[in-house]
Amino acid sequence: MSTSAPVAETATPGDLAVRLRGIGKRFPGVIANDNVNIDVRRGTIHAIVGENGAGKSTLMKILYGVQAPDSGTIEIGGRSVSLGSPADAIRAGVGMVFQHFMLADNLTVLENVVLGAEKLHGIGAAARTEILRISDAYGLDVDPDKLVEELGVGARQRIEILKVLYRGARVIILDEPTAVLVPQEVDELFGNLRELKSEGLSVIFISHKLDEVLSVADEITVIRRGTTVTTVEDPSGVTARELAELMVGSELPSPSTDASTVTDEVLLHVENLCLPSKEGRPLLDAISFDIHRGEVLGIAGVEGNGQAELVEAIMGMREHATGVVRLADLDLSTLSTRERRESGVGYIPEDRHRHGLLLDSPLWENRVLGHQGRPPSARHGLIDKGGARRDTERIIEEYDVRTPGPDVLARALSGGNQQKLIVGREMSGDPVLLIAAHPTRGVDVGAQAAIWTHIKEARKKGLAVLLISADLDELIGLSDRIEVILRGSLVGEFDPSEVTPQQLGSAMTGAGENA
Amino acid sequence: MSQERLLRLGLAISAPLLALVAAFAITSLVLIAAGDPVGEVWSTILSVPASRNFANIVNNATVLYLSGIAVAVGFRMNLFNIGVDGQYRVAAFIAAVVAGEAWLPGHLNTVLAIAAAMLAGAMWAGIAGLLRATRGVSEVISTIMLNFIATGLVAYFLRKAAVRTPGSNTLATKEIPEGSRIPNISIGDGPGQDLYGFLVIAAVVGFAYWFLLNRTRFGFDLRATGQSGTAAVASGINVRRMTIAAMLISGAVAGLVGMPILFGSAYSYGSTFQSGLGFAGIAIALLGRNNPIGIAVGALLFAYLNEQSNPLQILVGVSPDIVAITQGTIVLTVVISYEVVRRFGIRLEQQAVARALTEPPPARPSSPNEEVSA
Repeated sequence: MSTSAPVAETATPGDLAVRLRGIGKRFPGVIANDNVNIDVRRGTIHAIVGENGAGKSTLMKILYGVQAPDSGTIEIGGRSVSLGSPADAIRAGVGMVFQHFMLADNLTVLENVVLGAEKLHGIGAAARTEILRISDAYGLDVDPDKLVEELGVGARQRIEILKVLYRGARVIILDEPTAVLVPQEVDELFGNLRELKSEGLSVIFISHKLDEVLSVADEITVIRRGTTVTTVEDPSGVTARELAELMVGSELPSPSTDASTVTDEVLLHVENLCLPSKEGRPLLDAISFDIHRGEVLGIAGVEGNGQAELVEAIMGMREHATGVVRLADLDLSTLSTRERRESGVGYIPEDRHRHGLLLDSPLWENRVLGHQGRPPSARHGLIDKGGARRDTERIIEEYDVRTPGPDVLARALSGGNQQKLIVGREMSGDPVLLIAAHPTRGVDVGAQAAIWTHIKEARKKGLAVLLISADLDELIGLSDRIEVILRGSLVGEFDPSEVTPQQLGSAMTGAGENA
Repeated sequence: MSQERLLRLGLAISAPLLALVAAFAITSLVLIAAGDPVGEVWSTILSVPASRNFANIVNNATVLYLSGIAVAVGFRMNLFNIGVDGQYRVAAFIAAVVAGEAWLPGHLNTVLAIAAAMLAGAMWAGIAGLLRATRGVSEVISTIMLNFIATGLVAYFLRKAAVRTPGSNTLATKEIPEGSRIPNISIGDGPGQDLYGFLVIAAVVGFAYWFLLNRTRFGFDLRATGQSGTAAVASGINVRRMTIAAMLISGAVAGLVGMPILFGSAYSYGSTFQSGLGFAGIAIALLGRNNPIGIAVGALLFAYLNEQSNPLQILVGVSPDIVAITQGTIVLTVVISYEVVRRFGIRLEQQAVARALTEPPPARPSSPNEEVSA
């Protein structure tokens, strides 16, 4: 099931709203799409799932005319089309709702909808009639005279959908539409989507939330490493776990293969860590935990519940943090970020472009970053270029960073190779604690497996590892213990060998018994 | 490897060349529009300078070089020190007073006065650094303001400190005693054949700038902060401290800008002391791409244009201000052409990486997909 399978040719061409054949797209250093084949039938919700970096967004940009494919054909409604711009796509009946809404807050719903489409029904009564007609037909419940700034996220999303319908789309692409919604809004959205499909429209739904995909999609296409792995025609016949395995190619790490290396020696001791915020509710609220030598502690949580703040507070990047952070016998609480790093903390930041790299500097200078004060990067206050270059070559070799050499600018590497360089750097200088925030986000599957291996190796070497991830399978696979963070507090502890993603999921949203 | 270096060097040189050509073309258009003789203007400006003019060019370039380095220190950290102009005037005034009072004998007096100038420049720039680091005030705004304050302050105190030479309208500080002046380097006989002795110090400053930025940990921190403040914080750099330090260094170098003139030709600070040097430094740092050699080339070019434009009025009846248009245009074109060349370079590099990686990769010690063996 995990091997590449051709798309089943069951649908007759007349049924098809979208037919993609052999789509390929290369960027320097990375193949974003390769031989992608997808059939989207009329009147269905077709989900496209795949990991970050699997090539979903590139594919959708191709279908929406933002980028031209290097190879392959696109047929929409049975006609072969070439899409040079989003305007072409809209003319062909393809509309897209982006993850980040494109609405002007200070305009009304009506004004936002007609903006750029004034030629269709004008900007007055005819436009209003049309908006109300669409709103009623698909149950979108939109008031054309409300100001957008008065509306919630769910309503804004419905306006985006309405905008697309207003422009005559018969195929609607939704990019991660549930990422910004709360559960009730997700249910409403799915209701709207079902209305759309009952009217004969086709919805392409991009997501990596597998449970949602299973509940709403009629067909599911899995993309891995830029290519279509398989299309599931009957979602009721697969589980989220099976889908996840398709997405990563049966490479889900399994904790049972590794014997526990947890010792009873506490390496990281965090006690009563608090971080106040200006708005009142603290960003971190009395967080306490220990990580032992050879232990991986996973932190699960819906994004924005304090994970980033927790990491930054431990790293000493948050000025107002209070509480105790102790590394073995050393009290880090009053030390600067640099002193903390130099006392043995390796840090893989969540956003490698903003926090992990100097994109316009060569790799060897990036090797120096964060290690300015110690050999082999520096000596007596001077940067040791020779030493740093040699050590960069070692990292390139040991961590399989695909690059011609250490003098290449970091920007020229693909995300996965940038991340491998960071992992290699942070494992240098004998750390005793590794903080890994979303270590495999946006990297290709090969790099992901490699990074997992390195984290396991770190654990085996006796490091304490703090792992933050939005990927529950990754957390369950790598962690010895999982803590759930919700609104800045730790709300539950789980044993990864017993917990299911569903149980974690409900704890993360505060719906579980541990909340 | 060497080919790669050659390519990078080629790219580095093509950007300013492109900018110069564009600036000359735009200047020519202005001349044509005004009905001035384009050919004669350029043949006057681009003629080989006489040796008397040569000394002037080098001397002027020395001053501009220091100004360019001062600005470049800020640029490397993404700080726009527009205040070099105010900083060097405050510093030159204080140095002139110290040197004029001659509390110490001979060249000890010189050293003290230069140290006072660097300190004064650093303090004046430090105000902007402190405001930026503690209150987030944009250094662009605060240094512009400080320029105005410097102008007023120096004019006010000059009246207090000045000694009036009989029969002259100019106000100036006490003249520096002869033993404290910096001897000039003579390159020929007769007047106007002397180079500022301070040239040597300027060269040392250029080397120190290069060494500090490219070889020391402090310089690495500074450049890293300039490239990405967020990455700098994550790597353990104290960005506030770096902001203040960078402004202090930039101001200290700015303090040196007036020194060649003070100790080499003017010997006192007066109301006629050369102004506007700080703004030229911004253009020169941009043109020289913050590189110590590049800044030297830029300073020489600006000094050359200034010097060669002097006879324009007499020879072809065109105002020498045309050169200011050229210089101003260079600043604009240089920014554009660097961005164009930078993007082009990144694309080339990405393609090179892609090419290198599509070839079969060399054997690796371990496959990334292998599980860790127990």
